[in-house]
Amino acid sequence: MSFKRIYDIYQHFEEEKIIFSYSGNISSNFLNAVIEILEGKAEEEGVSSKLKKKLMNVLVECVQNIYYHANHLSTTASKSLNALLMVVKEEDGITVQTGNYMLNDKVQDLKQRLDLINGLDSEELKELYRETLAYGETSEKGTAGLGIIDIARKTKQKLDYDFFKVNDQLSFFSLKILIN
Amino acid sequence: MTNTQQMENLIIDSSVKTPQIDFNAEKGVLLFKGRSIPENSINFFKPLNDWINLYCEQPNNATTIEIKLEYFNTSSSKCLLDILRRFERVAQTGKDVVVKWFFETEDDDMEEAGEDYKAIIKLPFELIEVEEI
Repeated sequence: MSFKRIYDIYQHFEEEKIIFSYSGNISSNFLNAVIEILEGKAEEEGVSSKLKKKLMNVLVECVQNIYYHANHLSTTASKSLNALLMVVKEEDGITVQTGNYMLNDKVQDLKQRLDLINGLDSEELKELYRETLAYGETSEKGTAGLGIIDIARKTKQKLDYDFFKVNDQLSFFSLKILIN
Repeated sequence: MTNTQQMENLIIDSSVKTPQIDFNAEKGVLLFKGRSIPENSINFFKPLNDWINLYCEQPNNATTIEIKLEYFNTSSSKCLLDILRRFERVAQTGKDVVVKWFFETEDDDMEEAGEDYKAIIKLPFELIEVEEI
């Protein structure tokens, strides 16, 4: 990489107000490091403790979603284990942006689920959360399908997402969550 | 009086991703404090459940479950529910069980989370607002 390119990337980060960015393998210890860095960053940026807690909450669900998902994918392509995580300062809050690979044949299910959640108002989200918590089945990893509902409920925002087909096997799933 | 008096207390220090645990059999007080965000909550909750199962064989006449969480992941939420359900069964045998759910002023998320459990669980459930947990 040329020095000019390094400078360009740095400038790009500044302009886009990217507080944090990571691309690579999401391991179990990764979250510890991110929490530590972002707690400091949030303070630097003057984020209120209420917003900070919400940010951490959303971040944990996002990272753990990717983590469970990547482990599930690990038998396919090694590339599929990599993911992107960004925390960006916006005019109206902070966004958590994630990107990760997933199998093409899982795209439709996830899309349907996201659209379903986006179609619910806050009272309906509460009902869905409670129902899933009370009666939903837990996988052996302790996941219960609550993560996405929880994010939508806590942020009170629609989940902004996109799928990009990479090849015959994989798609890249991007998710953008506004916290304010 | 009961075997629970001979039970060891369960004390676990908090970590970046797991809460402080202080289960006291003699007093009948179970405390969860801090944040609970482990990837694999089942692993973390396993020793807690083992202790609770033993305690519930001969529980105190009165048990208080104190939940003072900053925030928790959805994976922990299910484990927490299972614990509260275990104590519903204890309450059905005529023992007193009360849940005290603490949340910080203006922390709507933790207040709502408490309301969720209150709606699901059939136990006396107090939502307690405090300045700082």
